[in-house]
Amino acid sequence: MDFLNAFILISNFIIVPAITYGSQLALGAIGVTLIYGVLRFANFAYGDLMAFGTMIVILFTWYLQSKGITLGFLPTAILAIPIGIIFTVAISLFFDKTVFEYYREKKSNPVTFIVVSLGIMFVLNAVVRIIIGPNDINFMDGHKFVIKASEFKKLTGLDEGLAIKSTQVITLITTIISCSLLFYFLNKTKTGKSMRAYSNNEDLALLSGINPKKIIIITWVIVSILATIAGTLYGLDKSFKPFTYFNNLLPIFAATIVGGIGNPLGAFYGGFLIAFSEIALTYAYKKFLGYLLPESLEPNTLIQFISTDYKFAISFAILVIVLIFRPNGIFKGKVI
Amino acid sequence: MKDIDIKISFAVMGMMIILVGVFQSWGVALSILNLCLISAVMSMGVNIQWGFAGLINFGVMGFLAIGGLATVLISVPPVIEAWSAGGLGILFSGVFIILTVLIVFVINKKFYNFKYKNYLVFIIIILSIPLLKIFSGPSISKIESINAATSGFLGGMNLPIIFSWFFGGALSAGVAYIIGKICLGLRSDYLAISTLLISGIIVSIVKHEEWLSRGVKNVIGLKRPAPYEVDLQNSDWFNNLIEFLNTSKLSKILNNIERQDLLSQLVISSSGVFVKLCFALIFLFVVCFLLYFSEKALRSPWGRMMRAIRDNEDAAKAMGKNVVKQHLFIFMLGSAIIGFAGAMLVTYDGLFTPSSYQPLRYTFLIWVMVLLGGTGNNYGAILGAFVVWFIWIQSAPFALFIINLFTSQLADTNAIKLHLINSIPYFRYFMMGLGLLLVMRYRPKGLLPEKILKN
Repeated sequence: MDFLNAFILISNFIIVPAITYGSQLALGAIGVTLIYGVLRFANFAYGDLMAFGTMIVILFTWYLQSKGITLGFLPTAILAIPIGIIFTVAISLFFDKTVFEYYREKKSNPVTFIVVSLGIMFVLNAVVRIIIGPNDINFMDGHKFVIKASEFKKLTGLDEGLAIKSTQVITLITTIISCSLLFYFLNKTKTGKSMRAYSNNEDLALLSGINPKKIIIITWVIVSILATIAGTLYGLDKSFKPFTYFNNLLPIFAATIVGGIGNPLGAFYGGFLIAFSEIALTYAYKKFLGYLLPESLEPNTLIQFISTDYKFAISFAILVIVLIFRPNGIFKGKVI
Repeated sequence: MKDIDIKISFAVMGMMIILVGVFQSWGVALSILNLCLISAVMSMGVNIQWGFAGLINFGVMGFLAIGGLATVLISVPPVIEAWSAGGLGILFSGVFIILTVLIVFVINKKFYNFKYKNYLVFIIIILSIPLLKIFSGPSISKIESINAATSGFLGGMNLPIIFSWFFGGALSAGVAYIIGKICLGLRSDYLAISTLLISGIIVSIVKHEEWLSRGVKNVIGLKRPAPYEVDLQNSDWFNNLIEFLNTSKLSKILNNIERQDLLSQLVISSSGVFVKLCFALIFLFVVCFLLYFSEKALRSPWGRMMRAIRDNEDAAKAMGKNVVKQHLFIFMLGSAIIGFAGAMLVTYDGLFTPSSYQPLRYTFLIWVMVLLGGTGNNYGAILGAFVVWFIWIQSAPFALFIINLFTSQLADTNAIKLHLINSIPYFRYFMMGLGLLLVMRYRPKGLLPEKILKN
């Protein structure tokens, strides 16, 4: 019984939140890594692209709500995601046409691309704040919980409760669907294969008649879809605030590099690795050990590896460690 | 005439600030000037790394925070009770950290060929964190519980705050040494991301180690290298000076009491301006000093070598230059200057707020200054700092003007117009981004491009 209680405790405070957060990071990291693989630069504007997509979703959600359209127990935002995707794709392609294309044709060095993406980051940052403001926005409606902690206790008769929020389930399902579609696309379809070929060796891909313009447009479309979905899921799970989205760019970058930059599967695992270590290392294991150990051995301190203040710092530290030991990432990077 | 573009652009910039002084107020103009000068020091630090050596350092925020921390450590009087309660534990933990770092370095040096060296280092670092917590935990909670509302930290050394600028520089250089050892071998974009993330770690340490920096509780009322307004208002010489400067204005008023009132008003308003003027002189001295030496350095054999390394690393290596060592050195030098600027900024503000360090304002804005002004050109970096900071502050009136121009058809109560007017502060980000994009496209070397000397 104690063992079961300990397991539920860990699931409630570590496993379920980490899977949710990991999925959000993984979706974001796959986007960053695709840009890196095909377009060959680290896009610093990605966090703000996520914020932009989420903003459109929120605006459309409000519109739907004002018309009285809801999805019942599901959040209305799911209905609004396609609209958000359309706008995000449009703005990505707009920036690609007006900004990135010029430098691509000039074959500028990666630093120029980074600097230019900083410029776009500033612009998007301003656009989002001007349109929707800098404040916290909660746009989650529908049922909050799949199961509440108290209900779980009543149901199972255990001392520990397990609460599962509906956003957590939605996040997981959406991530599974979108990732399987993406990996199917990359590995099985002709366009996906030509994308990988282009990423692997540009000149060879051009020789075999792959149209680079098409590849680049498809990349931006996929990336924008991922950015909007990841942003909306994060916003539903926590809340929408432009500044947090900018900050989330940092763990996303960490996940990308940890998994091997340019490698989507690596980015997927990287997201989960970062999420699990952030949450597992900042959790206080006192109660958990209390269940497992005999009473005489029970700890009287919190048994916390590092304080929760350093949650973000953990992902950065993991990145530094990976950079020292395996600069190419845990999974070999630079090939999609 | 030589360097005509530099002279014209600085003259225009000076005129702009003077115009602000005439049309708004001299206090505003001087505070813009002061922050421009501080930003100029920051952008010169970045320029030394990026412009001279081609190292992309996105960790500016972290070094600025270290400089800010230095002001607290140097100038705040020590909290004796806290020291006696937990000082020993902290000192012991400090020794422990130094020992761990030394052990890691020794392992790196001595066991150069050991197969599992990296894993050993990793295990040592991982083990040291909980051990450190056990050693320092009780002392930290003791220190933080002493007068938690007003102090709750160890305090500093009670020295004049000017020293902290140099200490901030030295501390930044030390941290840059460690970061450089880890990261400088990485490729440009990896280096950018990893320095950005490491600066995040530094800021979170400064923010959350309350025994050291008071963290989010902030440190207020720091010392100043300039006189205080209140002291000035009570001193005779300042009153006499203001009376002398405003003789014509005062002599028009015949009534003695009214004259006294006006004088005291003038004294109060001009004491603030005087303090800012003192700061401006100090900062101007720093900027000129730095400019002189970095121009010297740029024209010295060392500067030529750095440019050679930047433009063709392999060729420089082949000529027998130690690229790794030079990169580390210049990374430390630039970071030291950024740390110096961080201490200057906190000194000028008079308060240390760790939670205000955000990458957008303290990393990317400084980068915009350097890129806009002209990479590799010290004058360009300074001009960039002036232009960007000026736009950053003065963008609100400009944005208001634009909004009114485009919405002149709409009524004043129109929801869209009101919404736009409420979001005026964010137009500065827009202008920065647009400015950066335009400069990168049409003047990729910046407003004042680098001049290659042929002599």
